[in-house]
Amino acid sequence: MLEQQHSLHPDLWIDKYADYLFNYAIARVNNYDLAKDLVQETFFAGLKSAKNFEGKASEKTWLVSILKRKVIDHYRKINSIKGQAEVRMNFYEDGENEGSWIEERVPQNWNNDTEKAIENEELKNQLDVCLEKLPEKYGIVFRMKTIQEFETEEICKELDITASNLWVMIHRARTQLRKCMEDHWFKK
Amino acid sequence: MAHKFFISCDEATTICDKSQYKEASYFEIIQLKLHFIFCKVCAIYSKQNNFLSKLYKSKASDRKKHSFCISTEEKQALKESLEQAKKELL
Repeated sequence: MLEQQHSLHPDLWIDKYADYLFNYAIARVNNYDLAKDLVQETFFAGLKSAKNFEGKASEKTWLVSILKRKVIDHYRKINSIKGQAEVRMNFYEDGENEGSWIEERVPQNWNNDTEKAIENEELKNQLDVCLEKLPEKYGIVFRMKTIQEFETEEICKELDITASNLWVMIHRARTQLRKCMEDHWFKK
Repeated sequence: MAHKFFISCDEATTICDKSQYKEASYFEIIQLKLHFIFCKVCAIYSKQNNFLSKLYKSKASDRKKHSFCISTEEKQALKESLEQAKKELL
């Protein structure tokens, strides 16, 4: 059976795919400028490797696969930067108290009318502020899992990390967010 | 494999976080419930975690209503730089 052969039309790329790729990127990196850069790099890389295009996948699928690579590369890069913007840990990391709460990070009781607050715009704004404070390597994983609601397996594949790695990052992000929300909202 | 019944607060809250996405195993849930019996702090964490999950959920549904696009000017600039790149490749 003859499969349909696809071909590339770089002149139409931007009009046809720029917005799609941009949304794809922003759902993962959550940063307007970075997403735009990744899309631009994707088009450049596409041009450069156009001669290797075999026509088996559609043009769009092929471009997405390049963008996926760009996202992984970006994630690798930020994940390998040591010490930078490390999260303040909530638990003792070694010694006899290893794994227990660090005293000043122990969750405090919040007042009882929290439940009613969900739709409060100011509360949501505070959440945005706290989300911005997360180190990028935790923030990306947390947002993909919690805000974009990707499957665990999908995130692991797309960022090239293991599931246990993912849960460590989710845990760090969530404990950090909880503390930030407590300090700036629930304790007042 | 020797599973342990008693876990640290760090481990307990990790399981608690996992369970927010319904992805903790049955054994982990047992470990967690057992931990709550003698650790009130983690029980508070869990309660707050449930609330925060609702907040994140509502953020997620707000986010889904949004789609982004690149402005016409930016697209034009993108086209020009792509043209430039094309020439350089020749």
